Formats: sequence, structure tokens, C-alpha cells
Amino acid sequence: MEAHINTLLSRCRELAFDLNFTAAKAWKKAVEGRFLVGHLPIYFPREIVHAAGGLPVGILGGGDIKQIIKGDAFYQSYICHMPRGVIEMALDDNLDDFDGFIFPSICDVIRNLSGIFKLLGKGRFVKYLDYPQNFDEGVGGTFYRREIQHVLDEMEAITGRALTTEALNHSIGLYNTNRRLLAEIYDIRQHFPWRLSYEHLYCLMRAGLVIPVEEHNDMLGQVLDYIRNNVGEAMDNIRVVISGAFCEQPPLGLIRSIEMAGCYVVDDDLILGSRWIQGDISSDTGDPIGAIVTAYLERSTFSSSVYDVDNPKEARLIELAQRRKADGILFAAPSFCDPALLDQPQLQKACDEAGIRYISFKFSENTGQFKVIKEQVGAFSDSIKLWEEPAL
Amino acid sequence: MVLQKEMLARQFRELSMAKETGKKVVYTFVPGNLSELIHAFGMLPVYPEINALQSGMRKKSGGFIRDAEKAGHSEDVCTYVKCDVGMLLNGNIGPTGDKLPAPDLLLLSYTGCFTFMKWFETLDRLYPGVPVAMLHTPYQENGRITREMTDYMVEQLKTEVIPKMEKVSGVKYDETRLAEILEHSAKAEDLITKIFNTTKNKPSPIDGYFAGVYYIGPINAGFRGTPDAVEYYQALYDEIMDRVEKGLGPITPEGVMEEEKFRLVVEGPPNWTSFRNFWKLFYDMGAVVVASSYTKVGGVYDYGFRHDPARPLESLAHYCMNCYTNLNLPQRIDLLAKYITDFQADGFLVNSIKSCNSFSAGQLLMMRQLEERLGVPVGFIESDLVDPRYFSYSNIKNRLDSFFQMLSQRKAIRGEMEAMPA
Ligand code: SF4
Ligand code: SF4
Repeated sequence: MEAHINTLLSRCRELAFDLNFTAAKAWKKAVEGRFLVGHLPIYFPREIVHAAGGLPVGILGGGDIKQIIKGDAFYQSYICHMPRGVIEMALDDNLDDFDGFIFPSICDVIRNLSGIFKLLGKGRFVKYLDYPQNFDEGVGGTFYRREIQHVLDEMEAITGRALTTEALNHSIGLYNTNRRLLAEIYDIRQHFPWRLSYEHLYCLMRAGLVIPVEEHNDMLGQVLDYIRNNVGEAMDNIRVVISGAFCEQPPLGLIRSIEMAGCYVVDDDLILGSRWIQGDISSDTGDPIGAIVTAYLERSTFSSSVYDVDNPKEARLIELAQRRKADGILFAAPSFCDPALLDQPQLQKACDEAGIRYISFKFSENTGQFKVIKEQVGAFSDSIKLWEEPAL
Repeated sequence: MVLQKEMLARQFRELSMAKETGKKVVYTFVPGNLSELIHAFGMLPVYPEINALQSGMRKKSGGFIRDAEKAGHSEDVCTYVKCDVGMLLNGNIGPTGDKLPAPDLLLLSYTGCFTFMKWFETLDRLYPGVPVAMLHTPYQENGRITREMTDYMVEQLKTEVIPKMEKVSGVKYDETRLAEILEHSAKAEDLITKIFNTTKNKPSPIDGYFAGVYYIGPINAGFRGTPDAVEYYQALYDEIMDRVEKGLGPITPEGVMEEEKFRLVVEGPPNWTSFRNFWKLFYDMGAVVVASSYTKVGGVYDYGFRHDPARPLESLAHYCMNCYTNLNLPQRIDLLAKYITDFQADGFLVNSIKSCNSFSAGQLLMMRQLEERLGVPVGFIESDLVDPRYFSYSNIKNRLDSFFQMLSQRKAIRGEMEAMPA
């Protein structure tokens, strides 16, 4: 790998796992009036914070880095691990410079975590962002628009100025570019996954949650230029899609183990929020908030957090796996994650019907032992390589 | 009560005859239930949560849960869902032994629990072709109900829920009819509030948790809005007031509690699989629950909310948004603090349920905040709703023993201090 790409990817890894958010805090300090808004998984329209002059910062938990001392006193053993790390960070000084926190509606654990942040008096605002589960423009759309307005009001209280249409359109454009670049990287990797390991891709995506989008776009552009060339060497790996790890994140060691066990990850839902909206959001309208709302209602990806009866997620997962020419699906869900785990029977049934091979395992963000999972994934990969015709 | 048993028997009879009578069947949830609307369309409600809890009480849930797990459900997730799926896999035989009719409509009124959505998405696949009406209830994230939240719900009722109900039932929406039904609701709500307030008496004439779960049956499970419910709650209230006048304590499965030693406020649902044994651990110690959050899961009436015939759809919306688990954590703490103070509780206990993130996530902080704010002794136990594997009698007993010991010591100290000359 070329030296400059190597350096860039190392920097991404540092950024992605810096639980002190040093870069974001330095960004804020550099210019008077800047502010930070932390947001939890999965999706948050980061454009609105960018346009208001702030930096949206993704908070994905403490992973296997943050030692949990106080967090366990907040959560019973049968609740997923992610909120413990977040609490630990909130009680240490990791999140001290943050001005606001957004808790997107995804499950009751995140929902109640927003209450804990309120009780602990964190930030200048704490907002549970209730995404509509009604996708009618006049009903769910109107509600969502007002939800966004609340966030804008909170930010206006910090900056003392209202958002302009121009600023918002400009920010939408930048995030459109971001999604386009990511989509292109995924498309190239679909054909040539060896050109950029999934571990690197993961760090690259995750770094984008803690730095300005302009900087991230530049990074993505460089990586894209690099992988447009015929770099790396193909191996006899199977192609898989990872499903279920959209909130609590698997540790990097686990991601590495999956690759080492003989899998090319050609699609996934780990940093789903960055790829949530499918396609561009209109960036030249007189109503940019309306454009963000419409995009959410009409062009969201599928996810366990979105009501799906009219557009079943199993069909969309199968379509994704087929489009990516995947040999199989790895259902990787955090332990005790109701949304991910309750979806699995439906998704797996659809795989059975479509003849798509899959395995499932649970993880926790601080899982330290990957041996069993590596063996399981290795056996899965071998069985496909040795015995199966490609499924699709 | 005889009246309650009759009402429930009638309800199940009607359900078992639904196909012959042509009545349409709606599956829906307890929190945020739209019983009045269902009645206004002449349909019959089924509450899968209630089937699950009854299966738990009848010792059937363990098998159902195992079958759902065999069918691919994770051991980690809400056991109500698995119990329901397991019951379906076993022929959908309801608690009374009759086969439950399949739904004609799945009314996903999604209040205070994200898992509800997953649950009905699952049922959607298990009952292909049955329409689902989705009603998304916004969370009271800021501790209040705003105009826009109400508008969002009313619009959903008008454009999603009511049209689907009209289509399934073949009945036109009639707001006058709904308003009449809501009048009965408000009366029943007045009465149940008065009933739960009788525990302010010493001794408390009822147990507001273990007996309370029976009292909330009719109002939560399809009778709110009927004259039957008003009659039931009036009779219940009269009976309880009679006990108050006579200075009687609560009735337990082993007779009247002679001496009220501890007054408790309890947060969290009960365990159903060992309900009797669980209750016994309390009444044996002379502990009576004077207020509980679980009995407010189908609606919080303490702050004055009543269904309002003058604003039918708005009041349905407010009702949904006012259910206990749709309150944010600061609101939940405030409500519990009010109970502890108003009902003069000696202690606060959390029964943390493995299944239920909606209740459980945050309970430990709530407990500490109440302890700090009110200086009330707090206790903590863990169990599950319907998974018998998660009810450990000895663990719970040990913890409760220590808790009651602490309460006794506090009482003794307080008694000594009060006896000291000023
Ligand atoms: S990991 Fe799952 S259960 Fe835990 S907070 Fe995230 S979505 Fe909720
Ligand atoms: S999570 Fe709790 S409220 Fe939701 S369905 Fe399960 S038991 Fe009921």
C-alpha cells in the first residue's frame, strides 16, 4: 500500500477510536463560536449541525477501549453493553466539551439513555429525536420537520443566529458528496474487495463521524483514487454481507477475525447512518429542511429501527446480498439487542427461501475472545468454498 | 370478583364465536390501547400481552418460549413476544383453552415500547395478508405533550387507523358514538383513580400491586368505555370503602393481612410464573404495596387525565402519550416520588424485568435519585415476566429479607427518635 494511503488510514484508525475526541475538541477550540453536537447511532441528519456552524460527532460507545467502572452501576447485566461505555465517557471527561446530545429513536435503551443524560445534566441540550414511523409527507413528514426544528432551536440558542437556506443547501451538498464517495468505494470493493480491507474501510468510515465533512470527503477522495488502481492481491475468500451490528459496534479485533477467516465484507450495516439516505438530497431548493425530511421518508435504507410492513426489510436484505453478489450473510448482533435479534428470524427465513447461506453470532463491544467466532466464520467460509456452488 | 370473572368469560366467549357472529377481531397492545375506538367499530380486541401473562400464570409460558427459541428467536429478547409466538406455533389456544380467532386487523399502537413494533412486524409475517394499522406515539422526551405531538397522532388516527378500521369492519366512523363511549371511559378512570388512592389509608385496604394487577384488568383489557367497566369499578370502590370504614387491611390469597408492617412503592412489572409465591414473600412480612408504576402502564390518571367526549381523537392521542413507559425518566422519578410521599411509603423497591428494556433501562439511576431526594430506603430484585428460568425464589427471598430488615431497623430508629423527649 502506498505510503500516503497508509498514513491516511493510520490516522483514520486513531481518529475512529479516540474516545477523547481530541480532533473534534481541537476543532471547536480553534475558532470562537464553534460547537459540538454528539449523536448516537444510527442515523442523524448531520447536515443541520454543519450548516449551523457546529460539528456533529458520532458517539458509538466505549468499545473494548474504555474500561467500565461506573457504567455497570447504571445497567443491569441483561442490557446491551453500549450504553455503559457511553455513561462511562459522560462521567469521565470524555464528553466534556460537547454542547448538545442527540439520541435518535432506535430502541428503548437509547431512549432511556437520553433521560439519564438529562438527569446527569449533560451538555446544553439533550434531545431524543423521535423519527416518524408514518411515512406520509403530511403526517410523519410534518412531525419530523418539527422534530428537526427543535434541534435547530437548540442550536440557535447556542449560536444566537438562525440557519440560512444557503448554508443548509451547502451542507447538504457536502454530505451528498460524502455519501457518493462512500457508495463508490463500496461499488469498487464489490468487484475488487482486496483493494481495501474491510478493517480499513471501517476505520475510514468511522473517522468520518468525528471530523468535519470537508476533511472526510478529502480522505475518501484519496482512498478512492487509490483503489481505482489495480492494487492488492485477490484471495480465495467468500463475499459476505454483515447484518445486525448497526448500533453497538463489534470490536476491531472481531472485524479483523472475520476477514482473516476468509471473508470479504462487501456490504454491512456497521456505520449505517453515514449511508442511510439512498442517493442525493436536493441541495438547490428553497426548503432544504423539507428536502431532508422527504429524503428520510422516501429514501431511507432498511433498518431494524424503521417500521417496515409496507417495505419488508427481508426483501431488501436479499436484494442487497444479490446485488453485491454475496455468497452469504453474517448475522452479527449485539447481545441483548432487541431490535436486531427480533428481526433475525424473519431475515433468516427469507435467506432460507432465497437459498442464501448464513450464520449468526452475538458479540459485545468489549468481546476479547474471537477464537470461537473466527472458527465459526472460517468453517462457514470453507463450506461455501469447498462444497457449494456460488449461491447467487 | 365475580363480576370481573363474568366479564372476562363473556369476552372470551365472544371471541371464540367471532367467526360465527362475523365480528372482526383486532389484536393490539395494552399501553396506548384504543379500546374505545375498537368498540366504536363493533370489533373485538385481543391483547397478546395479556395472553402471555395468563400463559405465565398457568405455567404454559416456559414451553411456549422454548418453542419460539427453537424456531429461531434469541434467548436475549423480550419473553412476551416469544410466549406469544410460541402460543401461535402451538395452535393459538388462548388462556381459557379455546382457540383464539386469527386477527382481522393488527392495530400496532406503539406506545412506550419499541419492542411492540418488532412484535407486530413479526405477527405481520405470521399472519400474511392481515392489514396492520400503525399508530406511532411520540415519546414525552421533554416531559410534556406538545401541540405538534397531538396533531401527529390525530392525523395518524384520521389517515391511517380509522380508514383501516372502517375497511376491516365495514362500519363508518361515527364520532358521536365514540364520544358516548368516552364518557364511560372517563367515569371508570375517575373510579380507578379513587380506588388506587384508598391506599393512603392506614392500614391500606388493598394491595396496589399484587391485587392492583387484577383491578386494572377490565380498564386495560377491553372494557374501558363500557358501562360494565363503570359498574365494576363502582362496586369495587364501594367494597374497598367498606373495608376502609372497618379499618381492614388488604386481602391476600391467605386471608386478610392482620398487621401492616411495611408500606412500599414498587417500580416494574411483576413476575407471572410464580406470582403467588412472589406475592407471599411480601404478605408474609406484613408488606403492602401502596402504589406501583406497573398499574399505570395502561394509563396514568394521577395528574387528572381523563378521556374527553368533547375532543374524542385528541383525548385518545393524549391517553396514548400518557402511559407510564411513555414518560421520560425525570417524569417517572417525579411520579414515583409523589407516590412515596403521598402514600407515606416506608420503602421503594424495583423489580427489574429481564425482558423489558422499556421499564428496566435506567431503573438503577431512578432508584439512586429517589434515595438521594427522599432519603427513602431502596431495594432491588430481578426476575422476568413469563420466563420461569429467570425467577430465582431464593435469590429474591434473600434480597427481600435484607430489604425488610433494613426497613425494620429504620422504623425502630425512627420510633426511638420519636419517643425521645423534645
Ligand atoms: S445495541 Fe441494540 S439494544 Fe443496545 S442500544 Fe443499540 S439498538 Fe438498543
Ligand atoms: S419490552 Fe416490555 S413493554 Fe415491550 S413488549 Fe416486552 S414486556 Fe412489554
